[in-house]
Amino acid sequence: MNVTHLSESRAHSAPAAGDAARDAIIEVEGIHKIYGGSVTALENINLDFHRGALTSLLGPSGCGKTTLLKILAGLLQPTSGEVRVNGTPVTGPGPERAFVFQDFALMPWATVLRNAAYGLELRGVSLREREERARHYIDEVGLSGFEDKYPHELSGGMRQRVGLARALAVDADVLLMDEPFSAVDEQTRRKFQEDLIRLREIEKKTFLLVTHSIEEAVYLSDRIVLLSPRPGRVAQIVTPEIDRSGDPDAIRRTPEYLDLIDEIWAGLRTYVE
Amino acid sequence: MASTTQTNAAEGPVAGLTSRWASAAADTPAIWKILSLALIFGAWEIAGRTNFNYAFPGFLETMAALWEMIADGSMGAAYLRTAEPLVLGLVISLAIGVSSGVAMGLRRDVEWLTLPIFITMQAAPMAALIPLVTFVYGIGLASKVLAVVMLSLPVIAINSYKAVRNVPSSLVDMSRSFMGSRRQQVFGIILPAASPMMFAGIRLGVAEGFSGAVLAELLITPTGIGDLITYNRSIAKFAHMYAAIFSIVALAVITVSLLHRLEVTLFRPEKRGV
Repeated sequence: MNVTHLSESRAHSAPAAGDAARDAIIEVEGIHKIYGGSVTALENINLDFHRGALTSLLGPSGCGKTTLLKILAGLLQPTSGEVRVNGTPVTGPGPERAFVFQDFALMPWATVLRNAAYGLELRGVSLREREERARHYIDEVGLSGFEDKYPHELSGGMRQRVGLARALAVDADVLLMDEPFSAVDEQTRRKFQEDLIRLREIEKKTFLLVTHSIEEAVYLSDRIVLLSPRPGRVAQIVTPEIDRSGDPDAIRRTPEYLDLIDEIWAGLRTYVE
Repeated sequence: MASTTQTNAAEGPVAGLTSRWASAAADTPAIWKILSLALIFGAWEIAGRTNFNYAFPGFLETMAALWEMIADGSMGAAYLRTAEPLVLGLVISLAIGVSSGVAMGLRRDVEWLTLPIFITMQAAPMAALIPLVTFVYGIGLASKVLAVVMLSLPVIAINSYKAVRNVPSSLVDMSRSFMGSRRQQVFGIILPAASPMMFAGIRLGVAEGFSGAVLAELLITPTGIGDLITYNRSIAKFAHMYAAIFSIVALAVITVSLLHRLEVTLFRPEKRGV
């Protein structure tokens, strides 16, 4: 039954890409990325990312998922192809996109408050206003009381919460998250994932999440883009239909969740030796 | 209590003992520093008293000579002379070294053009070039300043360059992704992130500058502290000679420690409490 449900949903997703094009906040067209003239990291990537959705880029290491995310962020230039955000071609980083880094990228010499306000600081927002907004998001990610601490006084999970608060504070439409939970221990990661589901309900933003964890992708995503390695290509697009409104822990026990993990693993295992 | 037992069981009684010693040391760092100095000076005093060398005075004799030289003003006068090439040379080295190091770190073309010069300067035995410098610039202040610069500049420049190169790229990407300008990247991210390694280079460079100043006064013309060393040696007042050497070593150590303090207050607020 679940299998039917899944194949239906996937069959549904192919034509839906055309339908949803008007609602695509990011459009990726014919992206190629070749490193050093010989290593093809990405080959002919065509994708739409839907407004308000959480899309995961999932694949084994070497599939170019982080490269794709950095191209979307404007941090890397594609060898050919185009990315449009809200219809405008991307030439570099922009105010409508905010990045969450795998290694947190916090300034060790700055307090939590200043780190969280850093995006606003660069935009020339006045000290009072940016600190007020940063405090709001520090509270939202569950770090109130730690405003005056330095990064080395925080755990890995707390540091990433600062990274998330910093990205939320600039009020971008899209949050690009590069393996945000990979440097965090398993317990913290679970809590963080649950908080992210709650945060999505408050923030109504578009999330793009790069991950190598099938569980994480299925748990969090409205849509999962599976990438195959060397060269990175879109292998499959899966649309989990999991109800995330209830108890966040119950999701991990639903048959939809468990079956989809198996199904994705069956598809990916061919790429892993 | 339970946790202590566990640690001891895991690391063995010896490790438990050392860690207890280490934690006691962390609580009273000043006592340990004084103890370490006392050990060295004690060994010096004993070595002096064994009379293994008639030209080797003990610690107390040296300190008495040091006090005598401070009291009669000869030490102060000597340092006024030595300070001139030292301070001038260090200011030049810091200005050129830090700015060219940062420029090399930020720009490939500057790196190509300038780095080989500093690598050669660092590798070459600079003391061997001092006679050449004297030949060109004479025996005046210019030669002595140049001696200080030749020794301290390459260390400062190369460390500043490496410090900038070692800034985590994700921090720079972070600044870019939030649309920081190049100026904001350099002054807001790269320089503060590079400052610990840069200051380590500056401390090394300043220490080198001290040897440059003394070397110049020993090799070019005996003035200042170099004169105190050579003069007292020539008249066999060895305690005074050692006192002069001791004073310059102590001054170098104090200067380098003060630089560390300065770094922490200027750039590393997170380390202030530690």
